[in-house]
Amino acid sequence: MIRNFALAALVAAGLGATAASAETIKLGNVAELSGSGATVGKAWTDAITMGVEEINAAGGVLGNQLELSSYDSQTDAQTSRALVQKAIDDGAFLILGTVYSGSTIVNMLVTQQQGIPQIVGSEAPAITQKGNPFIFRSSFGAHKSMPKIADYLKNGLGVSKVAVSWVNNEFGKGGHDAFVKEVTDRGIEVVADVSSEVAQADFAADVAKLKGSGAEAIFVYLHEEESARILRELNKQGVDVPIVGETTLLNQKVVELAGEAANGIMGHVGLTVDAPNPEIQEFGKRFSEKYGYKADHNAMKGYVAIYAAKTAIERAGELDRQKVADTLHSMTVKVSEVPNILLDVSWDETGEVSRESFLVEIQDGKSVVKDTLPAN
Amino acid sequence: MSEFMQVLISGLATGSIYALAAIGFTLLWQASQTINFAQGEFVMLPAFFVLIGMHVLGLALLPAIALALVVSVVLLGMVFKRVIIQPMLPHGVLPIVMATIGLAILMREMVKEFYSAEAQPFPSMFSESTFNVLGATVSYQDVGNLIVSAIAIVALQLFLGRTRTGRCMQATAQNPAVAEILGVNIQRMVLYTFMINAALATIASVLISPIYLAKFSIGEPIGLVAFLAAIVGGFNQVRGALAGGLLIGVIDNMSAAYLSSEYRIAGPMILLIVIILLRPQGLLGTSEGRTV
Repeated sequence: MIRNFALAALVAAGLGATAASAETIKLGNVAELSGSGATVGKAWTDAITMGVEEINAAGGVLGNQLELSSYDSQTDAQTSRALVQKAIDDGAFLILGTVYSGSTIVNMLVTQQQGIPQIVGSEAPAITQKGNPFIFRSSFGAHKSMPKIADYLKNGLGVSKVAVSWVNNEFGKGGHDAFVKEVTDRGIEVVADVSSEVAQADFAADVAKLKGSGAEAIFVYLHEEESARILRELNKQGVDVPIVGETTLLNQKVVELAGEAANGIMGHVGLTVDAPNPEIQEFGKRFSEKYGYKADHNAMKGYVAIYAAKTAIERAGELDRQKVADTLHSMTVKVSEVPNILLDVSWDETGEVSRESFLVEIQDGKSVVKDTLPAN
Repeated sequence: MSEFMQVLISGLATGSIYALAAIGFTLLWQASQTINFAQGEFVMLPAFFVLIGMHVLGLALLPAIALALVVSVVLLGMVFKRVIIQPMLPHGVLPIVMATIGLAILMREMVKEFYSAEAQPFPSMFSESTFNVLGATVSYQDVGNLIVSAIAIVALQLFLGRTRTGRCMQATAQNPAVAEILGVNIQRMVLYTFMINAALATIASVLISPIYLAKFSIGEPIGLVAFLAAIVGGFNQVRGALAGGLLIGVIDNMSAAYLSSEYRIAGPMILLIVIILLRPQGLLGTSEGRTV
């Protein structure tokens, strides 16, 4: 009896030793889990968590299990910077997040100084234009998507005067500048340029200005909650010109919060779970089964980010941060090779992504893909 | 002109909701020298009671609002008074200020913990359709908000001025010692004031949440505006708080429309400073002597 116990103990100790000797790859996810960006950070983090569980169940990366730690940036740039440092101190091999551009622009300096690859969900053009060799996006920068929207305004809607509502932060300024440049290049006049603050609650005055400008279309570039508030106000003031947006405006959360006021809005979406592609449909199904809500583009960004990290580490062949960063630059991943990357995607030398995108309209509270636009 | 009308009407509609919160603020001050720094959270929380009523208990909107009203009057009125204010009152104003600031943080964090940090859609009691007045598009929602706020305020004034209980409450506010000698049950009157404040906050919550969305952090700006409105109008006058609320709603919208949205908070703040300099007791307030 005692001998059996001793044997069992030995076996257990042996198992423990092998388990401990297999390395884990630590990943630090710094995201907006509370504060004004909570909607965004939660979807991003949930998708990453799901991706990590899938990858681990399938045997991990290079035979190692992934170990994910998530940190709450509280949608605050300085907090995010401190937490990126904390994640690195905790031994993170690679950093995922943040999603808010204002945070990323601050915390990406930390990973750059210490040579840690960082995959972010931010869309401000400046992020990949600072020559940081360790920063990578999982979705387009605004300078990639705005030409597609400007084309749509000119050719699809035949608009000559447009009004812009944008949020006065890094994300909004980047998008606003890129948008104004692209529409002006195409001969469209910007007749109202209305900025608002993050977490602004009352959009009555903003909408009165947009409405009074005589614009033939209104372009809205705000975060999710503010988008919902302005849509409700646009509806309340009976604005009937087309309302056009970029990815955020057509987010499922916005549609849910704005209710009927969201019907009829159109725009360009980098990633949408309503796309006809089977891989995306499959992801959307798994995600909503697991979390009980519909995946939005932020969830898809997170999912692409974790699979980009996995693919890059595997292609680099070893746990070397510099090598992984080098691999990610000019990496192309096809859905035929890695179905979970969702769409064929390429990264360039600056960390910017290139892939197909979609033209979406909200009809009866559902986003309907009207067209697929080629990569640019 | 139509843009001006548009901004004015929207400003009045939101201003009337601010006024409800501001009136509650002044009521508590008059009845028990309580400065409630959790007033914004008192407006934020009932919306979640309504949502719980609708989503967890499966009630329709109006019964859920009735339920929220009862829960708020009990929790934010009676319990708040008995558990937090009553034990602290003998120690003066400052401990109550600290306690209500703490309570505000507690309420925010609890909503975040139990209902997530995300904004929730909140149904409106009124139709979202619109009609035209002098070139401005007016929504039934704005008009409905104005009417409900007006009814609440008129009813409150009638209650305070025309009923025995209301006059006892006024007596308590004006001079508690004399009121007590005359046989008024002071503690009961103060309790009524707290219950009325909770009811006003619930009405404000139900009116403002369809526009602002129900979210844990929404109380902060509302609390600030209610505080400003109460000071601008006169801290010791219900009609002052009403005027202050409307004025701030309009000035906030006007400065966003005609100055810039970056200065929209600055508009009401500048107004506050000017009024404090020129008329320290507020627009409609009466100056109060301090007794030792």
